[in-house]
Amino acid sequence: MWYRSASFILDKQQQQQQQNDTVTNPESRPLSPASTAMAAENPNANISMYYQTRAAHHGVVTNDWLAQAQAAVGGNTDDSVSDNYVSGGEEENKRYSVVDEFNNWRKQPELAEAVAAIRALASVIRSSQATTMMELEIELKKASDALKSWDTTSISLTAGCDLFMRYVTRTSALEYEDFNSAKSRLLERAEKFGEISYKARRIIAMLSQDFIFDGCTILVHGFSRVVLEVLRTAAQNKKLFRVFCTEGRPDRTGLRLSNELAKLDVPVKLLIDSAVAYSMDEVDMVFVGADGVVESGGIINMMGTYQIALVAKSMNKPVYVAAESYKFARLYPLDQKDMVPALRPIDFGVPIPSKVEVETSARDYTPPQYLTLLFTDLGVLTPSVVSDELIQLYL
Amino acid sequence: MDPRRVSRTVSDPKVRHVGFFAPPAPPDRSQSGPPDPTSSSPPVSGISPPGNSLSPVMIPPPRQPSTDLVRHYPHAPLHSPLGDPRAADSSVPVGSYNPSEFLSPSATTDCSDDPLSPGLSRMGSSGKFAMSLPSEEFDMPVAKLNDDVNMPPNVSDGGANMEVQKEKRAAGGKPLKEKTTKAERRAMQEAQRAAKAAAKGEGSKASAAPATGVNSTKTGKPVKPDAPKKDNSVVTASEKKGGDRQPDKDRKKDAPHPRMQFDDENRVEKAKKRSVVKQTEARNRVELFRHLPQYEHGTRLPELESKFFKLDPVHPAVYKVGLQYLAGDISGGNARCIATLQAFQESIRDYSTPPEKALIRDLTTKINSYVSFLIECRPLSISMGNAIRFLKTRIANLPLNLSESEAKANLISDIERFINEKIIIADKVIVKHAATKVRDGDVLLTYASSSAVEMILLQAHELGKQFRVVIVDSQPKLEGQRLIRRLVGKGISCTYTHLNAVSYVMHEATKVFLGASSVLSNGTVYSRVGTACVAMVAHQFRVPVLICCEAYKFHERVQLDSICFNELGDPDAVSRDYARKEINSLDGRANSENLQFLNLIYDATPSDYVSMIITDYGMVPPTSVPVIVREYHRDHLWT
Repeated sequence: MWYRSASFILDKQQQQQQQNDTVTNPESRPLSPASTAMAAENPNANISMYYQTRAAHHGVVTNDWLAQAQAAVGGNTDDSVSDNYVSGGEEENKRYSVVDEFNNWRKQPELAEAVAAIRALASVIRSSQATTMMELEIELKKASDALKSWDTTSISLTAGCDLFMRYVTRTSALEYEDFNSAKSRLLERAEKFGEISYKARRIIAMLSQDFIFDGCTILVHGFSRVVLEVLRTAAQNKKLFRVFCTEGRPDRTGLRLSNELAKLDVPVKLLIDSAVAYSMDEVDMVFVGADGVVESGGIINMMGTYQIALVAKSMNKPVYVAAESYKFARLYPLDQKDMVPALRPIDFGVPIPSKVEVETSARDYTPPQYLTLLFTDLGVLTPSVVSDELIQLYL
Repeated sequence: MDPRRVSRTVSDPKVRHVGFFAPPAPPDRSQSGPPDPTSSSPPVSGISPPGNSLSPVMIPPPRQPSTDLVRHYPHAPLHSPLGDPRAADSSVPVGSYNPSEFLSPSATTDCSDDPLSPGLSRMGSSGKFAMSLPSEEFDMPVAKLNDDVNMPPNVSDGGANMEVQKEKRAAGGKPLKEKTTKAERRAMQEAQRAAKAAAKGEGSKASAAPATGVNSTKTGKPVKPDAPKKDNSVVTASEKKGGDRQPDKDRKKDAPHPRMQFDDENRVEKAKKRSVVKQTEARNRVELFRHLPQYEHGTRLPELESKFFKLDPVHPAVYKVGLQYLAGDISGGNARCIATLQAFQESIRDYSTPPEKALIRDLTTKINSYVSFLIECRPLSISMGNAIRFLKTRIANLPLNLSESEAKANLISDIERFINEKIIIADKVIVKHAATKVRDGDVLLTYASSSAVEMILLQAHELGKQFRVVIVDSQPKLEGQRLIRRLVGKGISCTYTHLNAVSYVMHEATKVFLGASSVLSNGTVYSRVGTACVAMVAHQFRVPVLICCEAYKFHERVQLDSICFNELGDPDAVSRDYARKEINSLDGRANSENLQFLNLIYDATPSDYVSMIITDYGMVPPTSVPVIVREYHRDHLWT
């Protein structure tokens, strides 16, 4: 069943491509030591799992993918998953596998990856057989490390795990004499955190309503569940607005968003990615989601966000970012190349000559000076407050 | 004790509402700090406590007092003079501010008075105290600072002060309540201000006259308090004004104000009188920078050396460090800071509290005198200022029940900890963070010589990263040459050029690493002169600029340019021709009236040019400097 998923098809394409031109595709070739190490766990090591998932969830919808998503939402646990993803060690099978759990949660298209990770970590606490607080903490640490190394390209996963560890373990509960009550306290905190994260999207949607005025034109890029939630809430509030959707190559997630918006009876116009500057003068504001919000206050998001922000800045249009606080990461990229590369295959529709190099990076970094405001569940922030929040969270 | 405490707690919140304010001077804190931390800490913490601020978009609390003020002023006129006591009672607990302070300036000065003088006056009769002073001062004949020159006036003021205080208490409520309108109050204030000014003029004249001999002033002083007592109220008032101002000035003298305006003739005169180091001012100073101290280079050192055995009050370790500053043997923010702290450590080790003195207070004055000595040798760097503030806070917060040896051990270990945690380990953390930003194939550009940047380069090299270094240097110090020698010695491939060529070499650089003397609250980087130029060029070329700076160097001040606060170096250094040392084309021109040399030491880099600041708390944008100042420098405790 898993093998019939969209992501698998992409995966296979990638492998074929590799076999075909082993030398000619250096972009996807080089394996950093870290990614080789984790290759054992993750069969798709050199393409980003995060973007695989996104493509699978929000890309152009195929019928069998829909069926699979339905099954996943139904809570149908997929046995083949563990064969695929777990490192196959015996001790993994004996113990509870957090990656498994995570993957189960992850299959719900509405559930963000970080929230899935948080839920998975919470269930680690629940099913833990540890008898001391220390043991439990170590176990938790191991689990979050496993999750993080499972997909190093996903910023929200890493940040979500880190924040969870902070939020859950940094509590007086650890001082309790009685282990069981301490554990239940931890669990309570973990669930609360999961709950907060889950509700984050609603909060953001509420907060951003003040910024959408009647008659405005909004440019959105790619597919973001938060942005969709914002627009949906605005539509429900009887606001009159128009949306320009970019196509969102290569996985064409913009098509999906325009589809959703059309269902809400919002006037939508679809643009190809290169038509952004052309239509920017009609646009009143730019709304984007984020894969990660970094310490400088800039965002890491799907490829193309940076250029949209640049165009918007040069035309003095506000750029709003909707991002949940669990996407705040302690990263500080200085430029575009200063990140762990997240690669994904790109289908150009025609065979690419082997001599042609392909830029396969899936995301870019938008520096804070091009962003106007960030809508988060902590409030509406200027980019410089992100660092403030991070310092308070982590130090 | 009690009445003062009350007035203090009342007056403190007022401070909080004024918006910008300077944190209370350390000696002040020694009094108010420990007993009522609640009243002293909130203003310092400023914006909002981090813990309970869930929402970062908090709106600052409304300014209570101003509204209060508005509400209460209408009340004040209603009170007839008859209603006095009740009015007084009701007005004080109004709490957050003291209306009397607004009503009469005299009351204000009384409340915000330097704790020392009322303390002294309360301790006993001024005469008695004056008796005890000379015995102590005589063994420091070299016009030793505060105690000598300042105490006697202080004492006399104490007397006068007490007198006036009594008087006021007696006449007390009336003047407060009698005022009815704002205009009247203003007129009153105006009058008092005039009186104050007059008294000040008098005082300065008076002090100038007998200033020929320190002893004469001293012997003269104890007599003085008697005179004003007999005088009529005008004189007492004016005298009191002088008195109240005096301790204020004393405090400034103790630790000469870091931003003393050196174009103010009076102050310079006074400062000179106090100074240990004889300083001849440079001729032909640049007009725009006249407010900064500038002395002839090399005139001070030999003289100071000859004084070594005469300078009792300055501990030899401190003295040595001072000489090293003067000679330029120790330079660089961290090195200077560590040297200072270690000298203080040494002096604390050798310190013993004189009989009938409190360690907390006496040691603070001692440290103050050391600090002013060091300032005379070379103006303090901001990092040193922070470190000294830390030390003073530590002294002030010592538990009273500690024995002397325990207290000393405490302080010494505190200093040790500060050096270790805030400087040495901080540097290691910075290096660790920064090394992650160095990638293979990078061309790193750096300016002059920063210890942190050097460590980063060496560490990155040790990690086996392949990179090249471009060192940009500038006259007159040419510090980069030493750096390049060390780097080349380690086998790092380097390019060396002068600042003139920076726009040429910048296009090949991929990152710019710079050190900093300090980072200010608005993200402005205060660093070696030339840094701003390099950062600006880098910004223009879209090369990221990384500032490496330990968090203890952060300062809550805001500075927009490099004019109002800076340091002037030896003007002759600029005039020299480095290429051909034997020829000095400007020789003989130095005395020309229309030629001025400007040798600035620091400049301010606007935060726009800075991509990232690497500190011991991680890599943060320049906008986060105030966050770190707020979170970690609270009360200067450097948690």
